[in-house]
Amino acid sequence: IQVYEDFDNYKSVLAKLYAGLAVSGQQGPAGKPDISGLDEGASTYIRALWKLQELPTDEAIITWNDEGLPRLNTSEWTSDNSFIAAMYYRIFYQISLANEYIRETSDSNMASRGISEADQQTGRIFRAEARFLRALSYYHALDMYGNVPFVTEEDGVGAYFPEQTDRSSLFAYIESELIDIIPTLIDARQNEYARADKAAAWMLLAKLYLNAEVYIGEDRYTDALTYINQILASGFMLEGNYNHLFLADNHLSEELIFSVAFDGVNTTTYGGTTFLVNAAVGGTMNREEFGIPGGWQGLRTRPEIVALYPGTDGTPDARGSFHTEDQTLDIENISIFQEGYAVKKYKNVTRDGQRGSSPGTDIVDTDFPMFRLADVYLMYAEAVLRGATGGSQAQALGYINELRQRAYGNATGNIAAADLNLDFILDERARELKWEAQRRTDLIRFGKFTGEEYLWQWKGGVYEGRKVESFRRLYPLPTADLTANPNLKQNDGY
Amino acid sequence: QAPSVSGTVTDTDSGDPLPFVNVLIKGTTKGTTTDFDGKYTINANSSEDILVFSFIGYNPKSVVVGNQSIINVSLESDTKQLDEVVVVGYGTQRKADLTGSVGSVDRDDFNVGQVTNPEQLIAGKVAGVQVTPNGGAPGSGGRIRIRGGASLNASNDPLIVIDGVPLDNSKTSGTANPLNFLNPNDIETFDILKDASATAIYGSRASNGVVLITTRKGKEGQAMKVNVSSLMSVSSVTKKVDMLNADQFKEIVDAQAIPAQAALIGTDATDWQSEIYQTALSYDNNVSISGAHKALPYRLSVGYLNQDGVLKTDNLQRTSGSLSLNPNLFQDKLHVNFNVKGVITKSRFANQDAIGAAAAFDPTQPVYDTEGIGGYWEWLNTDGTPQTLAPRNPMGLIMAKDDRGEVKRSIGNLQLDYELPFLEGLKANLNLGYDVSSSNGRTIIDANSASGYYEGGSVAPYEQSKRNLLADFYLNYVKEYKDSRLSLLVGYSAQDFLTRNPTFARLNIEGDTLAAAGVVSRPQYRLISYFGRANYTLKDKYLFTATIRADGSSRFAPDNRWGVFPSLAAAWRISEEDFLKANDFLTDLKLRLGYGVTGQQDIGSYFPYLPRYITSDNATRYSLGVTYYNTLRPEGYDENIKWEETTTYNVGIDYEFLDGKLYGTFDYYYKKTDDLLAVIPVPAGTNLTNQLFTNVGSIENQGLEIGLTFNVIKTTDFNWDIGGNYTNSRNTITSLSNVEEDGVGILVGGISGGTGNTIQVHTVGYQPNSFYVYEQVYGENGVPIEGVYVDQNEDGIINEQDRVRNGFPDARHYFGFNSSMRYKNWNFGFVLRGNAGNKAYNNVSSSKAAYQGLKFPGYLNNLPSDILTTNFQNYQLRSDYYIQDASFVRMENISVGYDFGNLFDSKIRLSASATVQNVFVITNYEGVSPEIAPGTDDATGGGIDNNFYPLPRIFSFGLNFGF
Repeated sequence: IQVYEDFDNYKSVLAKLYAGLAVSGQQGPAGKPDISGLDEGASTYIRALWKLQELPTDEAIITWNDEGLPRLNTSEWTSDNSFIAAMYYRIFYQISLANEYIRETSDSNMASRGISEADQQTGRIFRAEARFLRALSYYHALDMYGNVPFVTEEDGVGAYFPEQTDRSSLFAYIESELIDIIPTLIDARQNEYARADKAAAWMLLAKLYLNAEVYIGEDRYTDALTYINQILASGFMLEGNYNHLFLADNHLSEELIFSVAFDGVNTTTYGGTTFLVNAAVGGTMNREEFGIPGGWQGLRTRPEIVALYPGTDGTPDARGSFHTEDQTLDIENISIFQEGYAVKKYKNVTRDGQRGSSPGTDIVDTDFPMFRLADVYLMYAEAVLRGATGGSQAQALGYINELRQRAYGNATGNIAAADLNLDFILDERARELKWEAQRRTDLIRFGKFTGEEYLWQWKGGVYEGRKVESFRRLYPLPTADLTANPNLKQNDGY
Repeated sequence: QAPSVSGTVTDTDSGDPLPFVNVLIKGTTKGTTTDFDGKYTINANSSEDILVFSFIGYNPKSVVVGNQSIINVSLESDTKQLDEVVVVGYGTQRKADLTGSVGSVDRDDFNVGQVTNPEQLIAGKVAGVQVTPNGGAPGSGGRIRIRGGASLNASNDPLIVIDGVPLDNSKTSGTANPLNFLNPNDIETFDILKDASATAIYGSRASNGVVLITTRKGKEGQAMKVNVSSLMSVSSVTKKVDMLNADQFKEIVDAQAIPAQAALIGTDATDWQSEIYQTALSYDNNVSISGAHKALPYRLSVGYLNQDGVLKTDNLQRTSGSLSLNPNLFQDKLHVNFNVKGVITKSRFANQDAIGAAAAFDPTQPVYDTEGIGGYWEWLNTDGTPQTLAPRNPMGLIMAKDDRGEVKRSIGNLQLDYELPFLEGLKANLNLGYDVSSSNGRTIIDANSASGYYEGGSVAPYEQSKRNLLADFYLNYVKEYKDSRLSLLVGYSAQDFLTRNPTFARLNIEGDTLAAAGVVSRPQYRLISYFGRANYTLKDKYLFTATIRADGSSRFAPDNRWGVFPSLAAAWRISEEDFLKANDFLTDLKLRLGYGVTGQQDIGSYFPYLPRYITSDNATRYSLGVTYYNTLRPEGYDENIKWEETTTYNVGIDYEFLDGKLYGTFDYYYKKTDDLLAVIPVPAGTNLTNQLFTNVGSIENQGLEIGLTFNVIKTTDFNWDIGGNYTNSRNTITSLSNVEEDGVGILVGGISGGTGNTIQVHTVGYQPNSFYVYEQVYGENGVPIEGVYVDQNEDGIINEQDRVRNGFPDARHYFGFNSSMRYKNWNFGFVLRGNAGNKAYNNVSSSKAAYQGLKFPGYLNNLPSDILTTNFQNYQLRSDYYIQDASFVRMENISVGYDFGNLFDSKIRLSASATVQNVFVITNYEGVSPEIAPGTDDATGGGIDNNFYPLPRIFSFGLNFGF
């Protein structure tokens, strides 16, 4: 393919692999979509990921009537759900694109195309990043769908039926891929912004190990801690002001380990943070404060999350900032925006109050923080509490209190060693990482996503909440792929 | 010497005198007409003059004056429809010799009134041909479907050939409809090739039928005739969406909304739908000059149309010109046919968003507000900025948007048909043609308006140019034997299509970029074809036709590039057999059998078989470090993609009683399309997309067509013809994937009310685009119970798996009925057409009729009156309550005309006509129109009623001068 004759193009194709996480296609903010058959904006990677990770949990609920969306609010989805299909196809789109890139940029292909030795060196780094992105998507597949079709660069483009893999094989594959590419990836914090470095790969490995009991029934907390420690040793710094992490200029933060970049003019989409900023605004909320013209009146949170904070106006805990005026705490009618408190988190203004770069459209500049240091702190504490060796309870307490000091602005929110337990960690993760697409995985790891141990409003489809069956810890494979690929077997329960 | 000639003209059959017969001295403009007693007097110039007697409905007759002073003539009526000549691909045939299924409509039978687009001329006229209006906007015309179309996702548009030049059917920017450029006044006939034995000569583009349009030409030996026609029309909207009025709305808001919302209610009573619509005027003026200058027949015409739409600001202006020259040279050895047409259309497109907004806007609010944005009352935030989610003031929407497009287009061809000297019966035909267009336009949104408020207004220009070149060459050989005739045709055709799409950034008034310019594209494709046809006629009774075409299309990989499309047909003129020949009652009876394979290459994409990378525009770059990179994306591809193949079988009977008193056709067809191009999900991970356009599956299509024309009465004073046609059409998807067939299928038919929602499905075993909905449960009072649906799989929960298929948008039955009557100088006609067995989804009602519309903070939405029945709190988009029977009968037009004859003994003839179009519609459907064509993107199969531009009722008055 001619594109690979000219090394200048290698980075442009790599940029597409990254952009696949952000935008919907080759035309902004919509048009020439990457995947079709689904609403373009709604089927972007981060927006789909966010919905599957947040809507069936206590953290979020959405008003909209889009086909299948209300069933995410209430954990009543079926295998026909178009949002579950959107995420699935986004994941495999990324994997297919990465496979193509990895195949075309193999050492032998680069050599036969006359790419210079120096460029081949750079090409190998690019290829490692493509493998990271593929591992990231396979990780999402592992976490959400479990038993998925498996394709690598060895399989070409064409008509065939990929074999189905299971969680343990996929776990092993992701693990080996990440370990294999780490030496090639650029050192932590040394790569260009928004590109993956060693720390991104360590983080993904750490998440893989932290959830290993869910994925493969094995205790790998010590492995998790090994990689957590490597990140902690590489110089990331907590952002001074919590709120700055979610603003139009959040790319300036030293806390971000891996983020998905958006821009109001150059990287435009109706997904990603444009969705997160706009969908969360409605009612009597001040649009200026969010740097957008309107607001899409969609997302609120449920009362269980509000109750985790000492206040609702961002004091004393800066992480608990809600819009309560003309909103009710309880949600009797899901489709009315003013039922449920609105969350004030993602904004399209800079830290000095300037609006994002788009001239008057909905599109925002805010980047999506996929991996950040605060999460590493929380993972450290959790791994230690779960018995990992290589860390200490005292250090864990120190990290937690660092987060709380940032939130409170002083030490008044600090906790004592006795308060540090796993239940606290789950709640603290909600307080710190609310609306960052972590909640479903967290609740599953803590055994509270399904079952009836922990109920929240509308869990299971009733106002007061009810039991959800355990098979819902995995999403179903979309009906469309079961039809297209006879090798696939549906996940249990669907 | 000026011999005076007089005489009487009579009807051959009845012997009655014929009034108003034209009597003309050939080659001059000198003439007269017969009086009420059929008598005429004319002063000839010399004894060599030839008098030509002509009258509509009769065969003309020429008589040399010689030394006669009394010339009595009898004219024979020309109802002998079997002698009519029908245009078929690459030639013409006598109707009696046809073996295929061909429907023809000529000038005399065209629909009348304000006809802007050619396809409207034949709506309701031909069995198996449906013309569904695309809406009421000027120039939007109709969608033509011949026998229901053969494809799911590729185009279902027929191939349109104008004077031998096949068009590229893709949408032209800046115009509402691809046929919009052709002035209907320049058209002589439509010949519609329906079955494969007729269409297969067009091979890979023929699966959806072929429409051959022949434009008007001068005739040999004809004196110069000038014709001036002028038509003035007045259009108005007949039906609006049934919404609550201001008083009803206030009552409902008081009862249903919380106090904060109820406080938003206003004090006015505005009928928004009356505000946005207007009584629209249009003028259509045409001048033509035709005749023959010595051996050069010519026709020159110019036309000017200025049509306003019923939606305020909608306007179309079309200036068209056409020239045709068709001389016969070298002792009639060389027939030349030269046509050039040029047109400039200037459109202003009204903001059709206003249609939905007018239905939804609060009727208690005023139109104007001096404090409002741009002078209009709008829903505002407390800080005075417009609310983004609230409906916009419909008049504000219309006035804020200035969307104009201009298209220049020219199509022409030069056809040379030469009788080769060395072999009798051998002719060579060369046809060179072109079709070029250039369009440009821009959409401006006023900065001082609610819709332009946040972006600071916007300017979005666009441009496009297209070029389509054609070269055909064929040899035609005809050999007469004692009892039989053989005609052979072999030919070659090449056609090249090129489109240029420059792109522009969308800027605001300040000059900031709102949307970056897209990536420039310059798609091009080419078709090369070889074709042949053999016709053999034995004893004028047994007719055989075989055709073959080999098509090469650049859209496919070299291995699949060529497709071969054969056809075979036979016909038996039973009436020529001895046992029928003698009878005078059944004067024609012909049995036709046809089989053929056609293809479809109009698949939207230009290089679907090649691995390609496309670059992103500047608004989807990605930053790595500090640099934004335009990304390169590999495209999904199917290297094996190939033609869709449609196999058609046709059985037809043509019959005629009493020499044309009653005649018609009867056809049964069965079509099967294999290697159907459909967008299907690929196994995840195997291609560079999730859905691929590929050859998969099959669709079956069968139908019955009946056409009938009956001359009720025919005397010199009174003539009355009625015609009718009926079609029964049934499409079934027989396969959709390479694997399982029991799935739900492919969801299609996007609707409004939430993002990404669809209402239709393609499922194996069902009609395409079947509505896919929940079965509503009704209370004892017959009122739907909100949110209660039948649990089809009885699993205790209502979810996607409980949806059922309920009807489809394509009519199972459609029919047309027309009548034309002439009494002396008066004529009177009407055309009625209808559909039955089709359903429509009332998306206007489903997306608006719930009290939820009163609960969005800060604004109120008006509700359809249907809310008073349903009392739904939340929208029930998928309830089958909104799937409604959309069968209808529409009175397409009623017209009356009067022929004044020659004015004051001058040479000027005058006739006048008055027409009403869209007179009435009888239907149970509750929305604005039961007949909903798909959107312009053609992704939907139609039948989704969502803010449809209403079809106006049009009153027209026309005058026609000839001399």
